[in-house]
Amino acid sequence: MVTAFFKNLFKKLKFNPFTQRNNFKLGLYGPPNGGKSTLANRICQDWLGEEMSTTSHIAHETREINIKEQVSIKNKKGKELTFSLVDTPGIATKIDYEDFIKRGLKKGEAKKRAKEATKGVIDAIKWLDNMDAVVVVLDGTLDPYSQVNITIMGNLQARNIPVLIAANKIDLKKSTVDVVKAAFPQYDVIGISAKYGKNVDDFYEQLFKLVK
Amino acid sequence: MVTFQFIPYQDIAHLTPVKRVNKLLNIVKEDRIVIMEGRLRKEEEADLIEITMEEITPKFKGIELSVIYPDKENQDTLQRLRTAFTNMLLGDRIGLTIIGPASIVKKIEKNPDKIELFTQEIQKNNLYRRKKK
Repeated sequence: MVTAFFKNLFKKLKFNPFTQRNNFKLGLYGPPNGGKSTLANRICQDWLGEEMSTTSHIAHETREINIKEQVSIKNKKGKELTFSLVDTPGIATKIDYEDFIKRGLKKGEAKKRAKEATKGVIDAIKWLDNMDAVVVVLDGTLDPYSQVNITIMGNLQARNIPVLIAANKIDLKKSTVDVVKAAFPQYDVIGISAKYGKNVDDFYEQLFKLVK
Repeated sequence: MVTFQFIPYQDIAHLTPVKRVNKLLNIVKEDRIVIMEGRLRKEEEADLIEITMEEITPKFKGIELSVIYPDKENQDTLQRLRTAFTNMLLGDRIGLTIIGPASIVKKIEKNPDKIELFTQEIQKNNLYRRKKK
């Protein structure tokens, strides 16, 4: 409790002796199917030459916290940033196993997936306290004003965690980065396509700004 | 038939965060839609999601949540001060929180002038009408 108090205090003062550079945790948060795991894979592929998570068109593919330690990225000036990348399950207020059946899973499989997904959401929320900075990954083709998004942003703000919003899927015509910017004017928003690597260089530059 | 239950802020003001969330969730689990005066704290909203996830079964599929809150950007300094003072004395009674069971409420859309609650029945009827056309 005392450690948590000081950690919070140092965070407010933007100084944190508990965070060593190699221990810096960068979390990927957001609703299901926003592209968190695709972005995690993109980062790991670009800088480590390997993938980190499995992805699927069926929601709640990531049901456990995945951590990739010692991810080092470099910016245009040659500056290096090392962090542990934490890919989290999508946060949702409802999980219906029947939705998975509609997506082609068998009943037993669907029930198992739903059960694991509920646990994943709980873990993702619990892990919020461990994060040093967070990238909120939103599907740029969807309405950003959902209560889940607002709750995630509010909880990050309450914990004084620096946030960057990645409006993903800009390769799709329906994507509207400006709507995301209008919904969260107090945060930096960057439009990317994690799948095709569009604008990811600017995203990496923004990461340096986020953790400075 | 859809049942709404109004919860005045004073009914939950004295409760601990966990009891507050459980009280609201118990009503929702009885297939009623909660309309609460005021709003939960951000951490309580996260608690509500966490506890909801713990309670999910094949029968209870979760919740739909929406908070209607006046836009602070449009308030002048005097209004902001008045709001902060009232919140400090009486708790955050401004705004409305709507929580419904996901099996009944499919979607809540808010707009400054109206709240639209899409229930499963309405969705089924719309589909039926579309097919008929």
